[in-house]
Amino acid sequence: MADLNKLTIAAARDALKKGDVTSLELTEACLGEIEGAGALNAFVHHTPEIAREQAKAADARLKAGDAPDMCGIPLGIKDLFCTKGVPSQAASNILKGFKPEYESTVTSQLFDAGAVMLGKLNMDEFAMGSSNETSAYGNAVNPWRREGSDAELTPGGSSGGSASAVAADLCLAATGTDTGGSIRQPAAFTGITGIKPTYGRVSRWGVVAFASSLDQAGPMTKDVRDAAIMLEAMCGHDAKDSTSADLAVPNFEAMLTGDIRGKTIGIPREYRMEGMPAEIEKLWAEGTEMLKAAGAKIVDISLPHTKYALPTYYVIAPAEASSNLARYDGVRYGHRASLAAGDGITEMYEKTRAEGFGHEVQRRVMVGTYVLSAGFYDAYYNRARKVRTLIKRDFEEVFAAGVDAILTPATPSAAFGLGEMSEADPIAMYLNDVFTVTVNLAGLPGIAVPTGSDSQGLPLGLQLIGRPWEEGDLLNTAYALEQAAGFVAKPAKWW
Amino acid sequence: MSIDKDTAAKVAKLARIRVEAADLPALAEEFNAVLGFIEQLSEVDVEGVEPMVSVTPMRLPRREDVVSDGGQQAKVLANAPDAREGFFAVPKVVE
Repeated sequence: MADLNKLTIAAARDALKKGDVTSLELTEACLGEIEGAGALNAFVHHTPEIAREQAKAADARLKAGDAPDMCGIPLGIKDLFCTKGVPSQAASNILKGFKPEYESTVTSQLFDAGAVMLGKLNMDEFAMGSSNETSAYGNAVNPWRREGSDAELTPGGSSGGSASAVAADLCLAATGTDTGGSIRQPAAFTGITGIKPTYGRVSRWGVVAFASSLDQAGPMTKDVRDAAIMLEAMCGHDAKDSTSADLAVPNFEAMLTGDIRGKTIGIPREYRMEGMPAEIEKLWAEGTEMLKAAGAKIVDISLPHTKYALPTYYVIAPAEASSNLARYDGVRYGHRASLAAGDGITEMYEKTRAEGFGHEVQRRVMVGTYVLSAGFYDAYYNRARKVRTLIKRDFEEVFAAGVDAILTPATPSAAFGLGEMSEADPIAMYLNDVFTVTVNLAGLPGIAVPTGSDSQGLPLGLQLIGRPWEEGDLLNTAYALEQAAGFVAKPAKWW
Repeated sequence: MSIDKDTAAKVAKLARIRVEAADLPALAEEFNAVLGFIEQLSEVDVEGVEPMVSVTPMRLPRREDVVSDGGQQAKVLANAPDAREGFFAVPKVVE
């Protein structure tokens, strides 16, 4: 078989089970591609020895029969996941050299299912960013380019390395994490599929924490079927995460019938932002027509607190980050600044954190410190938590009125150029998450599916938002949209 | 509400991040941009609204109050920048 790295999880699984291919062959194909893709800067820690060992074990298991779906599938793992004995530094200099003595629950589950780890993937530092430009490893690069241009584009963020690696076929799929859109925005920027499950579906144990009430891990894949297969392997109750839901995990793939007749799809009027590019508006209208043609009922809905989602997020996420990142003190792991004579423990903390954290992380930690400080806690933090209640209530009301899923754009634009936003104020960058952040605040599942291209040939995606715990139904609606859109374009190889 | 460089210095101190005096005005300006953005929340009528504690209504699970793990001193210390005689080592804290 040729181009093994280009296979989907489903195709590879079927070929592995039939004995047409071995996991070692798949793994070697991916390792070869990774070697030639240094220009994308997607893989930042390479683990070929582990990959080959896992592939051989997977092949033995496949031979013995009865192997799980993920057995033998080569994956990339976002650097935010702690992987035993392998550098896991959340793309931050403050965790330079950190090699966990334990394995995150998600990677444990994937490896127990026989999946193969090719290496760790680039990302924004501590997952704080929308362009992968805050990484200690440097920028990850989008394999897509504008027609007739060789300008380097962002793969989005924070899961930029994951998106770039999957879009460029360096691996069959990758793990991502999503706090405000960090799976869905990069998926949309690179023409791949990414799902953030309901808060509590996937264990956060062993995933470096950013904002604990918003963080969820999920798969980034080449299509919806693969998202269903890989999500199932990542989900499940975990006693080590107190917010993990003790619910049965359905067979998501079996729910992909493509039949959405009689489903009600909501189109939220507040997502029609002022100044929205005509191409995004058109993409959204076309997606609406596709779902309608597939037999869904389309209704206009209102989510009145939408405009307050980003400001709410930029109180809550930094507040939680300031607390979570307090642990990086130069004592237990990672970087410690070299100290001058007479420096005490306070100087050690201050110098370590100034050297170890990048600019965006420092800014968010300090904003979080401010909104939690005496005198401002009520005005900012408590108020934001109240508005969050209202944002969630907006969704509850439309779901109670019979809406099964909500269709929105995934991003306000196609991928932008690396460095293009560097002169803009931080708020302009934050606006990238305008359509995705509501979903994290309300704890809902959301999926980005590529459905079209812009005039320069760059992929564009739509987002579907589902009811809590109904990822299976959401994936099925996404599957229907994917089939109708028929997006199959791939980036031309330049790297 | 506008943040001056003294407030920026105070916040940096609370966050235990060293910021050079020369960088404080720029930092204060960045804070003001972000705070100006989140200021819109004051428009929202939140009268009688409960602040969200947990996004999915749930009671945190409880477990027996027993030792369930431990005896991993070497692993705990393995990544420390400075560990001696089975302890984390830090600069002198008490005179």
